[in-house]
Amino acid sequence: MEKFTIHTQAKAVLRGKSSNAFTGVVASGNLEILFERKDNSLDVTVEVMTASHGYQAVWEAVIKDFVDRTSPGGVHIAIHDNGARPDTVLLRLMQGARLMGAQS
Amino acid sequence: MTDWLKQKKERARRLEEVASLVSGKVVQPADVTALLERIICSGDRVCLEGDNQKQADFLAECLTRVDPSQVHDLHIVQSGLVLSEHLDLFRLGIARKLDFSYSGPQSGAIARALDQGKIKLGAIHTYIELFARYYVDLTPNVSLIAAVSADRNGNLYTGPNTEDTPTIVEATAYKNGIVIAQVNKIVDTVPRIDIPGDQIDFIVEAPKPFYVEPLFTRDPAAVTETQILMAMIALKGIYAEYRPRRLNHGIGFATAAIELLLPTYGEQLGLRGEVATHWALNPHPTLIPAIESGWVQQIHCFGSEVGMDRYMSARPDIYFIGHDGTLRSNRLLCQNAGLYACDMFIGSTLQIDLAGNSSTVTPDRIAGFGGAPNMGADAHGRRHVSDAWLKAGREAAGNDGPLVRGRKLVVQMVETFGEGMKPAFVEELDSIALARKLGMPLAPVMIFGDDVTHIVTEEGIANLLLCRNADDVEQAIRGVAGYTPVGLARDRAKVEALRERGVIRRPEDLGINLLQADRNLLAARSIRDLVTWSDGLYAPPSKFRNW
Amino acid sequence: MIPENIMNEPSWYESSARARINGLLDAGSFSEILGPQDKIMSPHLALFDLPPAFDDGMIIGRGLIDGRPVAVAAQEGQFMGGTFAEVSGAKLVGLLRSVASAAGTSQAVSTVVLLLDTGGVRLQEANAGEMAVSETIRAVLDVRRAGVPVVALIGGRAGAFGGGGLVTACCSHIVISEQGRISVSGPEVIETNKGVEEFDSHDRALVWRITGGRSRVLLGGADSYVKGDISSFRQTAAQARNSAPSLSLETLEREQERLEQRLSSYGDCRDTPEIWTLAGLPTPDKIADLTEDEFISLLAKGGRRHDAR
Repeated sequence: MEKFTIHTQAKAVLRGKSSNAFTGVVASGNLEILFERKDNSLDVTVEVMTASHGYQAVWEAVIKDFVDRTSPGGVHIAIHDNGARPDTVLLRLMQGARLMGAQS
Repeated sequence: MTDWLKQKKERARRLEEVASLVSGKVVQPADVTALLERIICSGDRVCLEGDNQKQADFLAECLTRVDPSQVHDLHIVQSGLVLSEHLDLFRLGIARKLDFSYSGPQSGAIARALDQGKIKLGAIHTYIELFARYYVDLTPNVSLIAAVSADRNGNLYTGPNTEDTPTIVEATAYKNGIVIAQVNKIVDTVPRIDIPGDQIDFIVEAPKPFYVEPLFTRDPAAVTETQILMAMIALKGIYAEYRPRRLNHGIGFATAAIELLLPTYGEQLGLRGEVATHWALNPHPTLIPAIESGWVQQIHCFGSEVGMDRYMSARPDIYFIGHDGTLRSNRLLCQNAGLYACDMFIGSTLQIDLAGNSSTVTPDRIAGFGGAPNMGADAHGRRHVSDAWLKAGREAAGNDGPLVRGRKLVVQMVETFGEGMKPAFVEELDSIALARKLGMPLAPVMIFGDDVTHIVTEEGIANLLLCRNADDVEQAIRGVAGYTPVGLARDRAKVEALRERGVIRRPEDLGINLLQADRNLLAARSIRDLVTWSDGLYAPPSKFRNW
Repeated sequence: MIPENIMNEPSWYESSARARINGLLDAGSFSEILGPQDKIMSPHLALFDLPPAFDDGMIIGRGLIDGRPVAVAAQEGQFMGGTFAEVSGAKLVGLLRSVASAAGTSQAVSTVVLLLDTGGVRLQEANAGEMAVSETIRAVLDVRRAGVPVVALIGGRAGAFGGGGLVTACCSHIVISEQGRISVSGPEVIETNKGVEEFDSHDRALVWRITGGRSRVLLGGADSYVKGDISSFRQTAAQARNSAPSLSLETLEREQERLEQRLSSYGDCRDTPEIWTLAGLPTPDKIADLTEDEFISLLAKGGRRHDAR
C-alpha cells in the first residue's frame, strides 16, 4: 500500500450544504471516497491510501483536474483505493462533489 | 485458333476425375479428402468458407489432410482466417498465398507465420473489398462452403447464417469453378432454397453441425460504469445532436452500453422514434430491450448470432425473415447497406494516434479489418441526403452552400486506458512498426483520421468536424485522452479554447448527471435479464449462463 | 415484453449495500450507527497490505419500513467478499444485542432485517471472524427469543456462504431471489477439497441448481422467493414479520422432523432435478429455465408451506 496526502487550493468554496458525503466501494478496480467539509477556506486536502504503487504523479494530475472542474474549497477528501483506473477515480470524485452539492 | 472453352473443359476434366467417388451430388464424409485431392489443383485459388461467425470446419479439416506433394501452393481467398486448420494449410505447405479480411483468434498466429515467411500475403481487405475482387481478379477455382441442409439436387438452405455464401457461390459457379458444400443434414426438401442446386457440384453430410462463433454477444454483466458514462455522453452529445436514424454499431462494450441505455437514458432524452430506428447490424442480444420497447423499426443482418434464431423468427416485422420463418442474412448486401444507407457508424478501436487514425493491430497481432473500414468511411458515391448527414457535412465545411455535401458520422468510442492499463492514445500506431517489420507498403489502418468525425472517451467528445487544422485535431484528441501520456501532454490553454468552441465537450458541458452513471441505468444487467426481455425466446449459449 | 421491474427498478444484485438500505427503508428514514465518518476500521488489513473500508463493509442502523421501526444491517459483498471480521462482526453483534435489550421498551423495533452478502469469515482475521459468527448466531437467537423477528434478505453477489449461511439459517424468515445463494461450504471450497468430479465450481448452472434461490426455496431453505429488484425485496420484507414463527421448542421440533423427512426422502439424490422428479414437480429439468412469473406461479400452486425454522 502507498499513502500520501495532496494539498492544493481551489478557486472557490465547494457549493452545497452537506457536511459530508460518501461514495464508492473498496472493491477490485474501485475505490471509496469520503468528503468532509472542514471550513470556508479554499484549502483542499486529499488523503490517498492505494493498493497500487508508483502512481502518485497520475493521482496529482487527476486531483488537479478535479479541483479545476469543481472548486472543492474547504473540503477534506479521504480515499481508499483498490487499484481503480484514473477515469474511475475522477468519476467517483465528481460523483462525491455532486453529492455534497445535491444534498441539503 | 483461340480455345475459348479452356475453363469449361478443365472443369469437366476435374468432375470426371472424381466420378467414382460420388453418387449424384452426394459425397460420403470418408471420401472428401480423396475428392479434394483430385478436384483441387496446385496453384488454385480456393475459398474455404469462413468468416467471423460460421465455418466450413469439416471441409477445412479434410483439406488439411490432402497430400502436399499432390496439392500445394494454393492461394486462399476467404474473408475469415479463424480456425487453426486455416493456419495448418500454410504450415503443411498446402497453401502459400493469402488474401483475407479478418482473423480474430488467429491474429497472433498469422503475424508469426508472416514473419516466418510461411504465408505470402496478398492483402488484408475489408469484406466488400474482398468480395469485389472475387468478381475481378480473385475469382475462386474451388469453393468449399457450409450450409444447414441440402436436398439431393444440391439445393441449399443456408438459414440464418447465410452470410458470405451466396457471394462466394455466385463468383465460383458462374466462372466455371467447382462448389462443394458441407451440410448439417441431407433432407428430402429444404425449408427454403437459399442457393439453387445448379450452382452446387457436391454435398457432404458433415459429422457435426458447422461451427458458429457467438461473436456479437456482449454480457451486460461486464459493462462498466465508465462504459455507461461513455454511452451517456454519446447519446446526449451525438445521438441527440445529429439524430441519426440509420446506423451501425460495432461490437464493443461501450456500444453495447448504448444499446442497453436506449430504453432508459435514451427515453429520458426523448429520443425514441427520433434516432436509431433502422439498422445494418448483426443480431446483437443487447439490442433486445430497445426492440421490445419500440425503438427499432428494421434491422438487416450481416450474419446471425448463436441463440437469437427463435427470437428473430418471432419478430419478422423487425428482421429479414424468409417465408420459411427463419432469418436470411447476407454479408455483402448488409455491408453495402452499412456503407451507403447509414448515417452513422459508432464503434471501438484499440489505438488512436494524434491525427485520429485508428488501428486494431498490435505488434504481434494482425486482426484484419472485417467490415469496420466500410462502416466507418464516408461513401463518396452517396447522393441521397438526410438531416444527420447534412449537419455533419456542414460542420466540416464551416458553411452550408448549395454544393456542400454531407458526411457520414464516424464515431470512435474508446476508453483512455485499455486492458492491462495500456493507453489507447499513442503518438505512433503499433501498425506502423509492424508494417516496417514485415515490409508492407501500407500500414494497416482500420479507420483513417480523415474519416473519423468524433472520438468519445470517458473524458468527453472530441468533434473533429469542427477542427480547422492539424493542430486543432491533435489538441482535441489530447483533450479527451485523459491521463495517458498523450493526454497529460496536452496544451491546457488550447484545450480550454477548443472547449469554448464546442470542439471538446465534457460531461458537465452536456449537462450529464454523473450520479446516473450506474449499472442500474442499464435496461438489462445480465444475460438472464435479456432472456426475460425476450420472453424466453433468446437462448444464450451455456458459457453465458449465470443461473 | 417490457419487464418493468428490470427496466425501471434498481437491481438488488447490482446495488451496493448502502443503495439496498436506501431502497429498502422509507425514504430518508435511515439513521446509521458508526458510519464512514466515524472511521471505525479494521486494524488488521494494513498488515496484509490491503486497503481498509471506512465502515469495514458492515452498515448498521435503524429506520422505518412502511412507518414501522426496524433495525437493519447490510454487508457490502464487494469489499473483502462481505466477510465477517473483528469490526464488522462487532458492529452486527452490537446492533443485535441493543435490539434484544430494547425489546418491550419504547426503543423497541418491530423487526431486524439482515442484508447478508458474504463469503463467510475474513481469512485475514479468521479467529475474530469465527467468533463474530458464533456471537452473531447467539445474538440472533436472543433477539428472536425476545420476540423480535429477524428477516434475512439474500440476493447479493457473494451469496450467503460459510458462517453467513449458518447465520441465515438461524433467522426467522429468509427472503431470496433467483441470484441469491445459500450454503456453508462454497463451490470453490468443495472443489478444492474434494475435486472437480465432486463439484465443478465453474459450472455456473450447477452452482445455482444446488445453492441458488430457486432450489433453496423449493427445498425449504428459504421462505419467500422474490424477483431481483429492490422494491420486490422491500415488499416481501415488510410482510415477512407477520408469518415468522416464534422461536419455541415446538417450532424447533417441527423443523427437526421436517429435516429428517427431507433427508430420508432425498438423501440419495445427486442433483436437484432428481429431487424435483421425486417431489412430482412438472418439468423437473427445466426449473432454472422457467420465467420468473412461471416459477412464482409454480411455487404458489405447490402450496409448499413449511416452518423452516
